[in-house]
Order: sequence, then structure tokens, then C-alpha cells
Amino acid sequence: MTALDVNQLIESMAADIKQRMPNMDQSPPLMVGIHTGGAWVAEHLHQKLGLDTQLSRLNISFYRDDFTRIGMHPQVLPSQMLTNIEGRSIILVDDVLYTGRTIRAALNEIFDYGRPQSILLATLVERDGRELPIQADVVGTHVDLDADQQIKLTGPEPLALSIISSKQNSTIE
Amino acid sequence: MSYRHNIQLTEDKKLRHFLTIEGIPRNVLVEILNTAETFSSVANQAVKKVPLLRGKTIVNLFFENSTRTRTTFELAAKRLSADVLNLNISVSATSKGESLLDTLRNLEAMQSDMFVVRHAESGAAHFIAQHAPKHISVINAGDGWHAHPTQAMLDMFTIRRHFNDFYPLKVAIVGDILHSRVARSQIHALTTLGANEVRVIAPKTLIPVDINSMGVHVYHDLKQGLADVNVIIILRLQQERMAGAFLPSQQEYFHTYGLTQEKLEYASDDVIVMHPGPINRGVEIESLVADGERSVILEQVRNGIAVRMAIMSMAMGSYQAKQEGV
Repeated sequence: MTALDVNQLIESMAADIKQRMPNMDQSPPLMVGIHTGGAWVAEHLHQKLGLDTQLSRLNISFYRDDFTRIGMHPQVLPSQMLTNIEGRSIILVDDVLYTGRTIRAALNEIFDYGRPQSILLATLVERDGRELPIQADVVGTHVDLDADQQIKLTGPEPLALSIISSKQNSTIE
Repeated sequence: MSYRHNIQLTEDKKLRHFLTIEGIPRNVLVEILNTAETFSSVANQAVKKVPLLRGKTIVNLFFENSTRTRTTFELAAKRLSADVLNLNISVSATSKGESLLDTLRNLEAMQSDMFVVRHAESGAAHFIAQHAPKHISVINAGDGWHAHPTQAMLDMFTIRRHFNDFYPLKVAIVGDILHSRVARSQIHALTTLGANEVRVIAPKTLIPVDINSMGVHVYHDLKQGLADVNVIIILRLQQERMAGAFLPSQQEYFHTYGLTQEKLEYASDDVIVMHPGPINRGVEIESLVADGERSVILEQVRNGIAVRMAIMSMAMGSYQAKQEGV
């Protein structure tokens, strides 16, 4: 597999977002990153797009659908959301789009803060295996993986992608 | 009555019931504080609710009156999207002669998932946890003179928000230690979390005889006891629990042990003043201090919601996980 340059992927995501939001300057969108990997990617995107609206971070653990199966998850930082999202355009950022369940949880949480005008989904990596009807609008790259493989973003500095398989570990940077 | 440690924890050491701080390892207490920190952002949402306990039924079993504790438990449960039943048993079936176990059997038949118990008898929550079916989690909301562990945890949460770490802290608990389940739970929590020094300050008649086994320093003089402390916890003078003559008079108590602005000067500059409520103004604390800039009394009430959300969801989640064998 060819090496993945995370910075280059983020660069191309930023260009894609600009194209999709031509009036970004007149009505600046809000950027929301999902803890933890999505928030790292969002920080870079936020900077590259030169957004001066505050970056929000979402902890979706209380909206997950697996509480009845596995109970509470180990805790990360609380959500830090800009409280007034009413009528705003949101760019939702995550590291890996796989089953779509994380995004489902994030959408529910966002709506508990208000009713946004629109939400655009941007993910660094997308892979097959969707279990819900959710697709990304902006994608850094598509990766083909076997069911026993996982792709993981490590960071925050430097950001790197690694593929973990139950058989062996390999890193692609 | 047996205080088996493991009744509160699952086999893999996760919180199952929350009855007393004793026997709960430090890492679980820290996990409660961290989880509560995460829940604190829910109050910023336009819809102040998360769907975690949707479809669960939580019963507030209050055999003894309490407004603040009951309402914060109720709010916490509702913010977790659970359904809440408030049962004021003192004016309910038991007065018609129904036994405690029969009341419990009836509530089980209604398919409840959690009991939050407040009772005037020490050990009541333990008793209920031992006799309730496996799927029901029990939280102690105060039993007799024994324990009030959720109050202690919200106090720990408030302290950690102001000081980050427990190791350097000197904490003084002032007042009616003898009748205080809050003080007992606070002392256990502070020593488990590693506070530098825990002091109790009270007249001899209001200090329990077994105090020395709890790892605290005892003071009978308020000024001496307050020297250089970072946290002052004022306890309410519990007149309803005082059957005998413990004190000459309230005025006398205020003169000797009441926290005033002047006495506050003996503490460290960064001191915070706490009180579990309800306050007897002019008895254990003067209004100037209770409403003053060092007071965090209302913060305690606010933090009580996030801390109780954390404890409820952790206790409920550990059973779910066990069922799935994950």
C-alpha cells in the first residue's frame, strides 16, 4: 500500500470544502471535531481554512448506541460546543468513517444544542462497512481494508495513520 | 450488619451499587470525578438531556425528608433520560402497615432498574441492596449517621475543580461530626484520594469516640484548627438528631465554632468554604461568609447533578456490560 501523508490529505480536504462553500467569507461556518481524532483533524482544517469562528469539540460518548451492550466508555474531555448554533452552517469533522454509528450519535448531540442550517460531513479516511445510511461530503482518502483490520489516527503531533490487523501491525504514514 | 466490600463492585471491579465510600478503590472514585466532568457540559445544551438511560426506571425511595438531595437526584436521572418515580415512603404504605420488603417486592414488580434510597436508619441502603434482585442497582442517598457518599463525591468534585489535586490540601471539617453521615463519607473520600491532612474541629460532645481510627487530626479550638487550611467544610448543626444535651445553646455554639469573616482570616489565602446545606445562618456560619467570595456553596449544588449523573450511569452500565459478557 502506498504511504499516506496526513497533511496532504487535510490540504485536499480544505480545498474541497472551499469549493463546496463558496460564500464561506460572508457566512462563516462553524467547525465541530469529534473527540479525539476528529478534533485533531478539525484543528488543522480550521487553521488551513482561516476560520475565525471558535472551534467546537464534541464528545459523543453519551449518545452512543452501545451503552446497553458495554456500559460506560472511559471518559475523555467534555463537549465544548459553541452554544448558539441556531441557523448556522456546520462542518462536522471525524478521522475515520466506518459503520456510521459515531456520526449518527454526533448528529443527535448537535441537535440537542439547536437547529443548524446545514451540516457538511468531512472525514480524513473512509472505508467500506457502513451500517447506517450515512455518507461523507468531503473525504481525504478511501482505504480498502479487510474486516479484521482497523485504521487508526494517532496524534496530535505529528498526525499519522496506522493500520492494525489482528494478524500483524503495519504503519502507513 | 455486614459491610462486604464486594457488594458495591462487580467481579471486574466496576461500580454496581454506591452505598458507602469505604471499600471503593481510589481509581473508581477518580473515574466518578472524571465522568462527572464530562457530564458537566450537558448543562450547556439547549436540550439539557442525553439519551443514555432512556427506557430505564429509577425510583427515589425517600423514607426521610430531603428537598435538595431528592431534587438533584431527580434532575440527574431526568437529564439521563430515565423515567423517575418519587416515593415518599414515610407518608405512604409503611404507615398502613406494609413491611419494607413488601414495598420493595412491589417496586420490583413494576420493573424498576435502580433504587435511590434515603433512610433514617444506618445500613438501610445495604439491606436493600442485599435483598433486591440482581438487575437493580442501589444508590445510598443518606442512611442515618452512617454515610452519604454522593454528597461526599460532589464535594470532592468541587474541591478538585478549585485545586486540581488532593495531595497538597489541608481540609478542615467543622461542626457536628458525631451526627453527620456527610462528615464520615467526606473523611473516607479525602483519605482515599490522598489529601495531605484532614482535620475535624468540634466540641468534645460532637466528636465520635472512634474518630482516631479514621486518620484525622482532632481540634477543639476553631482558630487553631483553621490555621493554613485550603478547604473548610462547615456542617449543619443537626438539631433534629440531638436527643440529649450536647450543647449549652446555639448562641454559645456560634460564638465558639461559628465561621465568621474574622476567623476565616486564619485559613490559607486560597481557602474555599463549603457547606452541604441547608444552612443555619448565624448558627454554624455567618451570612457574610456564606454569601462571600470564598463560598462555593451554590457550586456544590450545581455540581451535585453532574456527579449523580456519573454515579447513576456507571452503576447502571456495569450490569449491562456483565449481561453481554463483554
